[in-house]
Amino acid sequence: MTTHTEQRGRDLRPRRPHGARPALAGLAPLAWIGPAIALIAFAVLWPVVKMAQSSTRHWSRYGVDLGSNGTDNYSKLFKEQDLGGVLLRTGIWVVVVVTVTMVVSLAVAQLFNQRFPGRTVARWALIAPWAASVMMTALIFKYMLYQGYGFINILLDDLGLVDRSSPTADWLGHSTSGFVWEMAVAVFVSIPFTSYTVIAGLQTIPAEVYEAAKMDGASKLRTYFSVTLPMLRPSLLVAAVINVMNVFNSFPIIWEMTRGGPGYDTSTTTVFMWVLKKGGHIGESAALSVVNFVLVIVIVFAFLKVSKWNIEAD
Amino acid sequence: MTTLTTTSRPGQRVSDPRPPKPKGGLPGVKKAAIMGGAYLIALIFITPYLEMFLTALRPVKEGADPTIIPKHFEWSNFTSVFSGTSSFGTNMRITLEVAFGATLLVLLVALPAAYYTARKKFRGRKAFLILVLVTQMFQPTAMVIGIYGEMRDLGLINSVWALIMVDAGFNLAFAVWILSAYFAAIPVELEQAAMIDGATRFGAFRRVTIPLAMPGIVTALIFTFIAAWNEFIVALTLTTSPDKAPLSVAVDNYIGQYTVDYGHLFASTVIATIPVIILFGLIERKVVDGLTAGSIK
Repeated sequence: MTTHTEQRGRDLRPRRPHGARPALAGLAPLAWIGPAIALIAFAVLWPVVKMAQSSTRHWSRYGVDLGSNGTDNYSKLFKEQDLGGVLLRTGIWVVVVVTVTMVVSLAVAQLFNQRFPGRTVARWALIAPWAASVMMTALIFKYMLYQGYGFINILLDDLGLVDRSSPTADWLGHSTSGFVWEMAVAVFVSIPFTSYTVIAGLQTIPAEVYEAAKMDGASKLRTYFSVTLPMLRPSLLVAAVINVMNVFNSFPIIWEMTRGGPGYDTSTTTVFMWVLKKGGHIGESAALSVVNFVLVIVIVFAFLKVSKWNIEAD
Repeated sequence: MTTLTTTSRPGQRVSDPRPPKPKGGLPGVKKAAIMGGAYLIALIFITPYLEMFLTALRPVKEGADPTIIPKHFEWSNFTSVFSGTSSFGTNMRITLEVAFGATLLVLLVALPAAYYTARKKFRGRKAFLILVLVTQMFQPTAMVIGIYGEMRDLGLINSVWALIMVDAGFNLAFAVWILSAYFAAIPVELEQAAMIDGATRFGAFRRVTIPLAMPGIVTALIFTFIAAWNEFIVALTLTTSPDKAPLSVAVDNYIGQYTVDYGHLFASTVIATIPVIILFGLIERKVVDGLTAGSIK
């Protein structure tokens, strides 16, 4: 459509429509970005509306809409006696997993950013959990934690730490040890992405900065804390936010390892939402998903504010 | 600390992935310590997948043996998952359809949008970029109830089209973001030169811009492919019948059954996991660039 002189690329200002086709000129961008907007509207925005609607309807056990029931789903949800524990656990889940992931990834990134023989292969191994399905990773961890013959229990037994057939070795059968192992798996699958973000950040720090620090006689430790860490701030911020979103939304790990049990003792909000839906409490489940969604929005806006994201890149 | 890069020149950072060579060699002991540490971490991260492989080879009667390596290897598990009463072949086909379908859709939709936002300043550009950024933050997990309601209204439960659209929709933002950064780094003068030589605008885009942006395109496509291949919760919500489900859901159904044959179960997960680990390994170098372009900018 722009076969005439519109070739000045990024310098081109939106021109005031004039001449013969003012209406068409204003619509030109839609031909390019319209399909993207349509897809986002279909796959992302429509479900948001549908979810909000569902949360105000009365549903039968089998998903038949029985009419409006105002805010009943919400009041029922907030009366659930397990909800407090689920929310608290979700908070612990996000804070612990993200914090541990960030700290470990800083060290891993520093190590994998060095040059050493075999680095390509080592990096390949490091990204395996990022590429693999989280759900299938959780499954093999569940298998490795089986009492009696799971790989991790055999290893701990050989090291003399835990008797592989003792009740302790039934890690996923107890709520606390089950949840701790689930957090460990969440950290495990989050480290590759986070380390790579930090490596990307490390590579944007100009060499001159380090030379200057060296000339000023700064020690290595001092250089790390006064130069590297502050300059990594943008990458760390991005990594932290993306991790918060991923970990908050994480469903497959807990689902595959304990199905949220025993009871609801290892459920976070997303797992609890699914358990409610599965149990036929569709309205309550929709109400909880709206609550989840509002939390996500809050995190997104906090992020946009904190990072002062420069949308006009360049 | 000898691992630093060149200063980032605008327009260059994206296409310059190699870390620079260190100025001097590291002292031997330190180098050995770094290697040892890195290899140990690499081993820890690959162990679950090795264990997955070993379990896939473990015969049923050795199932509860406390041995790390099985005494006999049951290689037939990898072929027998395709035969018999299991729907593994069908589930595999659905996973492939969803992954390729979503990748193709993202390519068709993201390419023009990314190119246009990189090249033009138009009214609504900022609003569009914010929309993209916000959807990049959203994940389907919190929205499955809404997705389910929508697809039920449309009669798309158990349809691969629903899975393709949702997977494409949620991965579109990342693709637009990364492609836009790549396009912005390609000087517009190159296209102009081609057009002076008689190419049409589209011809210049196809022969000049696309080849230069190819690393970004490949990275965006592989990311989409892997995400769609691995997707679990949307498929779990939108499929109700085992022969309409992708692999991830089929494996989950398998767990719920009365007796679980772990050899076959993990043979399935190995078959589902290895291709994406290899695919991801191929773009390993590009991942750092993608993250630099897509997030830090």
